[in-house]
Amino acid sequence: MGQLTAQIRDKPDWIKIRSEFPILDQRVHGHPLVYLDNAATSQKPRPVLDALLGYYERDNSNVHRGIHELSNRATAAYEGARKRAAQFIGAKSAHEIIFTRGTTEGINLVAQAWGTSHLKAGDKILLTEMEHHSNIVPWQLLAERTGAKLSYVPVTGDDGLLDLSRIDSLLSDGVKIFSMTHISNSMGTVNPVRELCAKARTLGIVTLVDAAQSAGHLPLDVQEIGCDFLAFSGHKICGPTGIGVLYGRESILNETPPYQGGGEMISCVDFFKTTWNAVPHKFEAGTPNIADAIGLHAAMDYLDAIGRESILRHDQQLAAHALERLSEIKGIRLFGPPLNSTSERGGLVSFLLPDVHAHDVVTIADQYGVALRGGHHCNQPLMRKLGIQSTSRASFYFYNTLEEVDRMVDVLKKIKEFFTRGI
Amino acid sequence: MEFEELYQEVILDHSRRPRNFGELPDADVHVHANNPMCGDDVTVHVKFGADNALEAVSFTGNGCSICMASASMMTQKLKKKSRGESAELMSKFYEMLTAEQEPEVDKRLGDLVLLKGVRKFPLRVKCATLAWHALQEALEKPQEKGAQLLIEDEL
Repeated sequence: MGQLTAQIRDKPDWIKIRSEFPILDQRVHGHPLVYLDNAATSQKPRPVLDALLGYYERDNSNVHRGIHELSNRATAAYEGARKRAAQFIGAKSAHEIIFTRGTTEGINLVAQAWGTSHLKAGDKILLTEMEHHSNIVPWQLLAERTGAKLSYVPVTGDDGLLDLSRIDSLLSDGVKIFSMTHISNSMGTVNPVRELCAKARTLGIVTLVDAAQSAGHLPLDVQEIGCDFLAFSGHKICGPTGIGVLYGRESILNETPPYQGGGEMISCVDFFKTTWNAVPHKFEAGTPNIADAIGLHAAMDYLDAIGRESILRHDQQLAAHALERLSEIKGIRLFGPPLNSTSERGGLVSFLLPDVHAHDVVTIADQYGVALRGGHHCNQPLMRKLGIQSTSRASFYFYNTLEEVDRMVDVLKKIKEFFTRGI
Repeated sequence: MEFEELYQEVILDHSRRPRNFGELPDADVHVHANNPMCGDDVTVHVKFGADNALEAVSFTGNGCSICMASASMMTQKLKKKSRGESAELMSKFYEMLTAEQEPEVDKRLGDLVLLKGVRKFPLRVKCATLAWHALQEALEKPQEKGAQLLIEDEL
């Protein structure tokens, strides 16, 4: 069995895998859909859809309350998803897994619950210049509440790398928490989070890794990374929307006060005093998103049956092919680590066509059935720094093909021609 | 294809060589409008004449071709128009872009009719109306000379 699994993992049947995504089999504006907006959200395979429907058809009930059969089943499935999530990211125990609505809520939970109780005026919050707004704004709110200050690890330029030349002095300047993205959603850079967390740890700095773009794209192990917190979203890894995971080291969760109050998160409620439930339940007030946690479980199983090493290799191959083909377009401006760079990059490419605004690119590409993203990608400060308003972005996943990348490039060439005629 | 209706030659020409593009040194009001969802960002500068008509209108900023072309064509169309005429043309223009059925186009809109195709791209309507919303703000809120206003337009 082990050998057979290894063989399957070496060469996943990508065509068969693709056929398990019903949504991909359609035409858009008369052309076969080429879905290249996976960094925004991924599509869902049949087993995930089946898990959702199966839960609602057979097991739907509230968790942790009832003693009846359905409630037992729902509770077992929900807690089973928690165990699976712990395994998915290499956490020591399921107690370290808090279900959230997504990455954004996970980061907000840390900023509000841990941040408010641990930061004071003058403390520093260290971020990087390539953070998504969801890893900037919660910290700005925290800074306003506590009087803490923000500082940033700079980005070098179009190649989208972190400039780590001053990292030691940045870290030693009264920093209490360092929150960083694993893979940049606008540049595709894979950041050296393990090294950064190790540096922070020696200085007693708490770390958070935003794994929104990485969790479903590469093997992830929180113990190996050595972070204190890590957040990701279900919908970007073939799971449903509205469910996400926040990992927190058990000891740090124990010393963090609750995030929201309500049912489920309590141990004993008196009219004037309440004692909290144990972690992780202390952070999950109210009826949780049971069905989508179960859907997420199916998604994690699905990804690991393919193997995240294989997924990474596949995505990187598509990105490398895209970069190579895009460089054929004269005057194109490419962002993120270049092909010959030693820095790793994930499966997305970000670019500007000469004399064509990203919105125009995306509007016309859509007319050819190619779904791209154009805009600031929730990275306004970085865009401003690079002197641009927006970029076009193609983000790949394992169900995309080299042919689709070629179709995108052909369409982009047409768009460039269309806009530059008559200039 | 439908996008060819959207990106007609005249529109592309306006986006490449926008008319009345630049600051207006003696403007009465400057309205900065941006769409935080997409990053389109324009400032409309208006100088009112003695009769309170739009003596001069210009714009600065950057955005997609639809945003730039629409701003450029707007400045040409509304220059020298009275406030009343401007308001009327504005509402005709909005109507054309947001009509559910194929709209009957008012001849007074002139070349602006070429932007009719935007209607079929609902997510781009904001691009085409960004500068117009800025100008509307300038007309509806009388300001002291040289006032700087800021509006945000979300999708």
